[in-house]
This record gives sequence, C-alpha cells and structure tokens, in this order.
Amino acid sequence: MITRKLYLYFPKSETEKPIVCQLVRDYNLTVNIFRAKVTPEEEGYLVLDATGEPEDIDAALSFLKTFNVDVDNVNKGLRWHADRCTHCGNCVPHCPTHALDFADRSTREVRFFEGQCVECLACVRNCPFAACTSMI
Amino acid sequence: MNATPENLRTYERINDRIEAGKAVVLTADEVFDYIETKGLEQAAKEVDVVTTATFGPMCSSGCVLNFGHSTPRMRISEAWIDDVPAYCGVAAVDVFLGATQLRHNDPANMYYPGEFRFGGGHVIEKLVAGETLQLFGLSYGTDDYPRREVRTYFTIHDLNQATMVNPRNCYQNYNVATNASDKRIYTYLGILEPNMRNMTYCSAGQLSPLLNDPWYETIGVGSSVWLAGARGLVYAEGTQHCSAVARTEGGVPIGGAGTLALTADMKEMRPEFVRGASFAGYGVSLALGVAIPIPILNADILRRTAVRDCDLQACIIDYSNDYPNNTGNVIGKVNYAQLRSGTVTVNGKDVPVGSLSSYSKALEAANLLRDEIRRGEFLLSRPSRRLPVDQGFKPLKIRGAGQ
Repeated sequence: MITRKLYLYFPKSETEKPIVCQLVRDYNLTVNIFRAKVTPEEEGYLVLDATGEPEDIDAALSFLKTFNVDVDNVNKGLRWHADRCTHCGNCVPHCPTHALDFADRSTREVRFFEGQCVECLACVRNCPFAACTSMI
Repeated sequence: MNATPENLRTYERINDRIEAGKAVVLTADEVFDYIETKGLEQAAKEVDVVTTATFGPMCSSGCVLNFGHSTPRMRISEAWIDDVPAYCGVAAVDVFLGATQLRHNDPANMYYPGEFRFGGGHVIEKLVAGETLQLFGLSYGTDDYPRREVRTYFTIHDLNQATMVNPRNCYQNYNVATNASDKRIYTYLGILEPNMRNMTYCSAGQLSPLLNDPWYETIGVGSSVWLAGARGLVYAEGTQHCSAVARTEGGVPIGGAGTLALTADMKEMRPEFVRGASFAGYGVSLALGVAIPIPILNADILRRTAVRDCDLQACIIDYSNDYPNNTGNVIGKVNYAQLRSGTVTVNGKDVPVGSLSSYSKALEAANLLRDEIRRGEFLLSRPSRRLPVDQGFKPLKIRGAGQ
C-alpha cells in the first residue's frame, strides 16, 4: 500500500461528475480529503491523499486523465517559500502536524516537511513574512 | 599625561589590532566555549571583541528619503510611496516613511481580523532590495515651488539620501505573550490562541546586544553598529529607554528596559536583513537584523557577554487583559532556555512556544560582523555618552475632559 498526495483541478465542465466516488469504488482507494471546493457550474479543486496498491493508484491516475481534470501529484495546495522564511519559528506552535518545525534545535532553522502537511493553512495566516502561501 | 600601561585595553588599541588584522573576535555564541577552555582571566587578555546580534520586528523604525528637485520645483506637501503615505512636514523634497504606516485604503480591522499585507515596512524592504517604487505627491504650489502634482517611478539609487532613522530598536529584553481569555486574539506578537494554547517570545536571548552589556558600559550614544549590513550608529537612547527595572543577580533586566535609537545608510544595507512584516488583525511592521560589537576592555565586560539563555529571564504577560489594561500583572517568569525548548509549563499545563525573533538570522548577523571585524573592515567607536542607567518610564496621564 502506498499513499499519494493529489491535487485535482476541475474545470466547470467536470464538476458534476462523481469522480471521487469512482476512485473509491472502482480503484479500491482510501481517500482522505484535506481541502475541497467543488460546486456545480463552477470550477473547483480537491486536495487529497489516496492510499492503495501501486497498480490501483496508477490505474486511477490513468482514469483521471480521461476527464478534463488537471492532476498534480505534488503538494500543490500549500507552498513554503524558503527565500521568504526568516526562521523565526512563529509558525511552529501553530502547525498541528509539525510539518513546519526546526530542523535542528541548535541552528534553529525552520524546515517544511511536505509529507506531513495537511493544508490546514494555519501557517498562512500566522506567518508575518508571507513565507507560506496557498495556491487555492 | 601618563602613558597607558601596556596591558590596559582601550578602544584605540583594539582598533589598531583590528586594522592590523590581528584582532581576536568571537560571537556571543562562541564565547562560552572559549572562556571554558581558557579561563576568564586568560580569555579576557586574548579576546578583543565579542559580536552580538538580534533579528526581529522593530516597529519604531523608518527612513528619511530625499528625492532631489524636479523642474519646475515642487514643495511636496503630501506623498504616497506605492500608495503608503509618507510624512512631508519637513523640507521640500524630504519625506519620512514609518514602518507601521498602512497603505492608503487598507481596510485595517474593518473586516476583522485584517490581513495588513502591505505597508511602510514592505516599502522599506522593496527600497533596500533595489526594486522600483511609485512616488505620488501633491502640493498647494508656491511662487518658488510652482509644481502641484508629481507621479513618477524611482529606485533607491535615484535618491540623494535614504537614511534609516529608528527611534527604538534592540529592546534589551521583551515580554512573553499569551492569551488567558476564551477568545483568539491578534497581537503584534502574533496570533494567540485562547486558554493559553500558545505563547510567543521575541528576543535573541544570549546573543542579544543589550543582554550582553546590561549596564551599557560599551554600547552608548555614538557606538558603531551593524544595521542590516550597513555601518550605522546609536544616535540617542531609544524611546522608552527605562533602565531602572527589576534585574537578575547578574544585573540583567527581567523586562523590557534599555533601548537604542539607530541610524544607517540604506544604500549599504543587505535586503535579507530588512523585511516587511504583516501581523493579521494587528498591522504592519519591519523586521531588522542588527549586530553590535562589544569591545572587551576588561574581564568583567567579557564575563557579562558570557551570559547564557538559562540565566536570562522574561515575564509571561496575558495579552488579552493585563497588557491592554496595563495592570502590571505577570503570569510567571521563564528563562530563554525553557522558551527555546519549545514548551513551557504554566500552572501545570504544557504550553507550546513560538518566537518572532529569529535566532538563526541573528547568528548570521553576528557571524557577518565578526568576519568584517576580523578582515579589518569594521572599526569600533567609543561612545560619546553613556545611556542612562537609572531612568524610569512615565505613563500617559489622561487629564480633563478626555478622562
């Protein structure tokens, strides 16, 4: 079993299709949605973790490509801009999963551990230097 | 006049050694190990300078800009730089831009909490980074200055002078903020979650300039400082300088205490140490990196630079009630080693701790200044006046109808 983080962008034409339902039912994936906005007649997005057998995930990705849906299998929703970070650590107590944490307590440099990010966006409102931004 | 004894350390002798490239320079972070190895007396004979530093938001900062004269001339009476208002109540083409000035039409906290994405601090960041900004100015027009409006673009290189003038930087020590109420609050120390779910401190602790010179023996009016990479100086005591405060046995203040007014040429600054800051629900500010050299004139001065985080205390203040209402109540005291561990226990509860002061950036500044001094590029200057050592701090008394 592996887990892939997916960012799906739905243009207007695809928002009425029950795509996530098919991912679960037809490809045996366990889906954990972090953020979603899918409204009929509007464009939308989904940020989710899909867990399943590697071949099921590959098949699901091929299935998604048959729609007019943009798929990014990177952590696209939340970005940490290393060049804007001053390493103050103000974000650290606000990050519930320690995705933002000191890499090393002695040098006190902040690092972003992307895999742990659940895109709660607490860092976006807490960072004074706009080092964390949300794509959506 | 008597000749100075050979072994006595003076500013002149330290500067001679710096110019000869022979000075022994350490950061306040490196000095502990050196003293441990050599012993205090021997270390004091060897070490010439200890560099200290801090990086954090310093609201009482700003800059004076001179635009030069247009044809025809204009006595600018109102000005906006990238839509941020600048003060024009000085000479024709001089303006003062403050770090916390909001952009024109910023809704502030009208839609609470406001975002405050751009303001004076961000304009200053863009200036130092060499970016292009817009000047819009108005005037009433006079016989000698007939132009009544200007809209143009400029960079820092087009200005005659761009001088940072900061009435208060480098607070000796600072409050640790928390929120004991049941509602989230938005402060200049960040977002504080209810029921003390987090707390924020803002000091470089053992690396911080005035915590390494608690009685202002070497840092005074006229001292050379490294202000965001530029050769600057302390031009006065900082506003709210208040040295008559509670101190530890080692003489180090437990609360705010001393402050410095700093100035330097912005054209020499490094952009990574001049950063606009936005505090949701509060406003805008400017984060600066400052490094200050301490000449080791005697063993006592060296001993005081060897202060450690575990010996430096700060007060935890409730920013939901005690701070706004100026009650003077303190929830408790903690030392910086506890704060840096990331968790502090208050009334039996573990509270996660964040910081608005960057130790990593402060260390970078202290290292840069150390290397400049080692290369003979940065000389020390003897203060022309000591900062007040026994000065209080007056509150604003509201008299008459306003009461």
